[in-house]
Amino acid sequence: MKNKYSIFSLVRNAVSYHQNWSQAWRSPDPKPAYDAIIVGGGGHGLATAYYLAKEHSITRVAVLEKGWIGGGNTGRNTTIVRSNYLWDEAAHLYEKSLKLWEGLSQELNYNVMFSQRGVMNLGHTLQDMRDIVRRSSANQLNGIDSEVLTPAQIKNIEPTINISQQARYPILGASFQPRGGVARHDAVAWGFARGADRYGVDVIQNCEVTGIRQQNGSVTGVDTTRGFIAAPKVGVVAAGHSSLLADYAGLRMPIESHPLQALVSEPLKPVLNTVIMSNAVHGYISQSDKGELVVGAGIDSYIGYGQRGSYSVIEGNIAAIVELFPNFSRVKMLRQWGGIVDVCPDACPIISLTPVKGLYFNCGWGTGGFKATPGSGWVFAYTIARNTPHGLNAAFDLNRFYTGALIDEHGAAGVAH
Amino acid sequence: MSSQRLPSGGRINRGRPLEFFFNGRRYEGFEGDTLASGLLANGIRLFGRSFKYHRPRGLFGSGSEEPNALVQLGEGASTIPNLKATQVELFDGLSARTVVGWPSLEIDLYAINNRIGRLLPAGFYYKTFMRPRFLWDWYEGRIRHAAGLGFAPTEPDSARYDKRNAHCDVLVVGAGPTGLMAALVAGRSGARVIVADEQAEMGGDLLSSTQHVSGACPWMFLDNLVKELSLMDNVMLLPRSTVSGYYDYNFLVINQRRTDHQAGIGDIVSRERNWRVRARQVVLATGAIERGLVFADNDRPGIMLSSAVRTYINRYAVRPGRTGAVFTNNDSAYQTAVEMHGAGMEVKGVIDVRQRPSQERLLQMDTLGIPVYSGHGVGGTRSGRQGLRAVELCRLSADGRDVLTQKGSLDCQVLAISGGWNPAIHLHCQSGGRPKYDDDQACFVPDKSVQSERSAGSALGIFQLGNCLSDGVDAGVHAVRETGYACAHIDIPYASDRTGSAIEPMWNVPDGVLPGRGGKKFVDYQNDTTAADIALAAREGYRSIEHVKRYTALGFGTDQGKTGNINGLAILAQHLGQSIPATGTTTFRPNYTPVTFGAIAGRELGTVFFDPVRKTPMHDWHVAHGAVFEDVGQWKRPWYYPKGGETMESAVRRECLATRKSIGLLDASTLGKIEVRGRDSAEFLNRIYTNAWSKLEINRCRYGLMLGEDGMVMDDGVSSRLGDNHYYMTTTTGGAAHVLGWLERWHQTEWPELEVFFTSVTDRWAVASIAGPNSRSLLDRLCSDIDLSAGAFPFMSLREGSVAGISARLFRISFSGELAFEINVSADDGVALWELLMEAGGEYGITPYGTETMHVLRAEKGYVIVGQDTDGSVTPADLGMDWIVSKTKDFIGKRSLARSDMLRDSRKQLVGLVTEQPETVLPEGTQLVNEPSTDYPVPMTGHVTSSYYSSTLGHSIALALIKGGHTRMGASVYAPTLDGQCIKAIISSPVFYDPENKLHKT
Repeated sequence: MKNKYSIFSLVRNAVSYHQNWSQAWRSPDPKPAYDAIIVGGGGHGLATAYYLAKEHSITRVAVLEKGWIGGGNTGRNTTIVRSNYLWDEAAHLYEKSLKLWEGLSQELNYNVMFSQRGVMNLGHTLQDMRDIVRRSSANQLNGIDSEVLTPAQIKNIEPTINISQQARYPILGASFQPRGGVARHDAVAWGFARGADRYGVDVIQNCEVTGIRQQNGSVTGVDTTRGFIAAPKVGVVAAGHSSLLADYAGLRMPIESHPLQALVSEPLKPVLNTVIMSNAVHGYISQSDKGELVVGAGIDSYIGYGQRGSYSVIEGNIAAIVELFPNFSRVKMLRQWGGIVDVCPDACPIISLTPVKGLYFNCGWGTGGFKATPGSGWVFAYTIARNTPHGLNAAFDLNRFYTGALIDEHGAAGVAH
Repeated sequence: MSSQRLPSGGRINRGRPLEFFFNGRRYEGFEGDTLASGLLANGIRLFGRSFKYHRPRGLFGSGSEEPNALVQLGEGASTIPNLKATQVELFDGLSARTVVGWPSLEIDLYAINNRIGRLLPAGFYYKTFMRPRFLWDWYEGRIRHAAGLGFAPTEPDSARYDKRNAHCDVLVVGAGPTGLMAALVAGRSGARVIVADEQAEMGGDLLSSTQHVSGACPWMFLDNLVKELSLMDNVMLLPRSTVSGYYDYNFLVINQRRTDHQAGIGDIVSRERNWRVRARQVVLATGAIERGLVFADNDRPGIMLSSAVRTYINRYAVRPGRTGAVFTNNDSAYQTAVEMHGAGMEVKGVIDVRQRPSQERLLQMDTLGIPVYSGHGVGGTRSGRQGLRAVELCRLSADGRDVLTQKGSLDCQVLAISGGWNPAIHLHCQSGGRPKYDDDQACFVPDKSVQSERSAGSALGIFQLGNCLSDGVDAGVHAVRETGYACAHIDIPYASDRTGSAIEPMWNVPDGVLPGRGGKKFVDYQNDTTAADIALAAREGYRSIEHVKRYTALGFGTDQGKTGNINGLAILAQHLGQSIPATGTTTFRPNYTPVTFGAIAGRELGTVFFDPVRKTPMHDWHVAHGAVFEDVGQWKRPWYYPKGGETMESAVRRECLATRKSIGLLDASTLGKIEVRGRDSAEFLNRIYTNAWSKLEINRCRYGLMLGEDGMVMDDGVSSRLGDNHYYMTTTTGGAAHVLGWLERWHQTEWPELEVFFTSVTDRWAVASIAGPNSRSLLDRLCSDIDLSAGAFPFMSLREGSVAGISARLFRISFSGELAFEINVSADDGVALWELLMEAGGEYGITPYGTETMHVLRAEKGYVIVGQDTDGSVTPADLGMDWIVSKTKDFIGKRSLARSDMLRDSRKQLVGLVTEQPETVLPEGTQLVNEPSTDYPVPMTGHVTSSYYSSTLGHSIALALIKGGHTRMGASVYAPTLDGQCIKAIISSPVFYDPENKLHKT
């Protein structure tokens, strides 16, 4: 492998003053035709291309990205990874993903800094606690690590959290998934891009898809800002813009696109040990390796495609965090941003064939797609390669909106939709 | 450490000396100093260490652009991390310490990183620490220990914060010469004006300037201007106030810092205030920020922005060193040479990368005896114990790309550098505007306005004082006209600006060594991002500026790259062989400078304001009688009323038995109550509820289920008909607001043709519910104007009358399975009613009960609680409530109910559960399996939704949702609990008590 990353290659390249590192991925011009095209160069799309090449030996693949790879929700989320979902279908999908996360740095030979510092979901009401027991119980029976913590145990893990029973919504307990954690989001996109590139996949940036062509009910390729590109298989993984792309193919997706905002504080010395999420007070927080507190909350309630939200949402979000951690009141918010999330009625994704032959959609991840990145790519690659869903994503097909077999994960999605 | 304070001048109050501490050592400064100027006056040059290489760093700037001098202020609960020393106003007793440096600033063991720096290029952590896998946790711990800047407090903050909403005609951002002139025009014209400036004093660059305005010295001009503005009633001047964000519809947030600069003011006033401003017009007079030059070892303490040197000398009367030099690519820094000379510094020379500086400047330097090295660059620097000692001169090629010859060195303690000026276009870009590259001035300037804003002065790329003053007037006139005021006359002040020669961009000063070698050339000081890092990123294929930012951390610091970003992207452009505009900038995001969390949260914290607590009219009675409360939605509801040290278990048993045997009393005021009126009320309810409402008689009640569009149970409640076109709906306590919004949404967006109106009346009524076999007898004593007999007042009907003289509406509905009356009275009468009931009920042993007993009683009857026994995936049929779903009319969710999955036999259905051991109560939430197993994943068959010990029945009961449960009566299931037990239970009917439904109808 050219330029395999390791401490040895780092030393070797230091000797040559780092002049000889090769490109992590090429920036090729698009070819006229591919065996498969992935629309969307986020983590999910790049992972799909990677697993198409690696697991299914389909290497004549292009990933088309309208901007820069990882610039959508992959680079805008709060990087939380966990698999403590309530329903079997979701739990198995996210657990597959978590298992892939656990070896991802080695698999990609790119350190995605997956940090299994544990994820805590706080309960503030008796109903929260019933739901926590229910979810934890389901997780355990599904073979997923999960425990229920008392306020004292929570305090033991997070010494600065406010467990006063005089709080507006006192913390009554939490579910805890020790294997959950955070990862370096940009690195995930870059690692998959590099991995896919190594197999010959063309990662093409600044190439926006402007149309999806079909003939006799089969897809034939895509129109782009860099011309028509032919392919018998097109997989669309475009998050907040999925409904626009579906429209190109004459499809309607049961998706609403909402702004979702997040923010970081200035870098601080280590002060948080885990990831804390609270549905009841609407906020979640963790600390990055660089030291920033990474904070998020629920979606903005209006729909739209602009990557900015309302300030009032930020105010509510910060208030929630200061409720949980009164000591963070004097910490300063450095930066905020917004992404566009594609929300399905049941807060679960669509990873599916479509009525157009050769056209596949992977969307509807809502607020929680990052954690699924490797698993999503893995099952989507399978679905594209074999033209049939894998067992893990069979339940996540478009048809469920006709049959009603929804997988209601609003509770486990961690934030209110 | 000699004093570097100049004998006179500066905007400091020499009559007010202040004592302060830095890293434990005591110093003296003056009122008007910043921590930075105070330390500089004491000869301090080492202010901190860099983030990655832990290199010694000094002051680089003099304001919010400062990347290096980060300090931690104070101790304990009131400590503040990551302040820029350049923005910290000195007060008596101030104590600060540096944030990077372990164990100390002077001896920093992490400085080893500088020695092994070659092993730590940009993104090195992506390439290593991967094997062995189990060591990653350890590596990460080391990374975390090394990273981070200041310390978060570990105790709660005692300070208060507040917010104000404000409207104005003109918001002027920045009170430099441009902004003040704009404010003057707008103020004189009568517009409502807010002027916000991040500094303690209004004036911006005038505070550091010696350039005369309209013949007067700048400070006299400034004083007159500020005085006039401060006397205008329609103008509000906000110092120490940073416009941190520019949002849609001309909504801007101003963060005002009110107390940090004053010692001892404590928590008397709010520490910070966030102004939430809607401005009709915004003038962005945000000025320009000087950028540095990228050359080898350009980070030694003593290498400062030229503008900062000027500021320290003129504004703070501090000489930053004994000897100095200037390194520039533009004219502005020549003035710094003049000021350094005037401050008694020995100026060793002006090093100008341009081959031909203007004759006027050369003459000026000649007069002062300052040599000018034109066509030269700084090829490297050398440091002594306290920072910069000398700079190495090199002669540059005509195109500035190569070093022709090394030309020796200049000994100097201070190097004032200027790489040109960047207009502060942050807010323009936040507003949605784009940056546009100005080739002549080598900077990005604002492109077209998207919102009602106009950039002015140096924020627009106008860098001469006279032009700024007149552009400020223009901007003021524009804003005044746009807001409809008649524009007042104003004389435009003049300033004699020098003409000069143009800037020559110099993004990466050559040092004559091979790529990757030689001294580090820092682009972003705070994150230690070097020119080589950017080159490496480009080489490795990270070609988007956004990738380079993320790969090298360029601009990610607390200074948000104010001095380095443009240099960085220009260097990237060079490596990619493309133009600067083609490379583009990264996105400018809020905040302009960091904003305290507390200020953003404001007062919306704690038990009072975070999410206002709702209390029923009888709340104080409950408190006085020892109730323990439960949060239900925003409400505090009595959970149970322990007596004399009772446990919850025994209190609930007592409350249940008292109700079943005689009378219990429940405060039911929290249920959502919505008045539905209008000609089409019945039709509307028909569409909202699954059952039909048209034929409900007046004064009759009916139970209704609401479904979402997906056919799933969303809310329930009893609604009653009060008149022909008048219904009274009740909802669940937690669902009230959602239901009201739901009704409005359907009415407004789908069925606007229906004439129907909704009014929330939840708080209008206090509701006392009496339940139990003796409830009619009790009510008979208190109620003389209503015939309470079963024949005259049947179950599911309502009557109006009075209870103990209090006007009341009585409902015969029951959530307990007992004979029950819900007595609704005006909220004001709630306590009186409650106390009368308690008094009159004394002989029946009337017992107040809380939500827990309510839950037990209803569970004994098999009544569900939406949100507890349902979860958004439960249909009416799943609950065994097909009887309430109309087969004939349409309603929300009906079509979804016809989908194939809704008809599946294996859906989870509501059933009862009885444990083998009567005393064993199943934990609520626990999943159920058909066969216990440890072979994961274990297939689940359902879960426990509600579970209690029933003292009435003498055994535990539970409700559960179980796959195909309706056809599995008598079958066994197992509950593997989280604490490792496995409890066997038998599926039963969910109705455990009075299955014949007789009692509540008696």
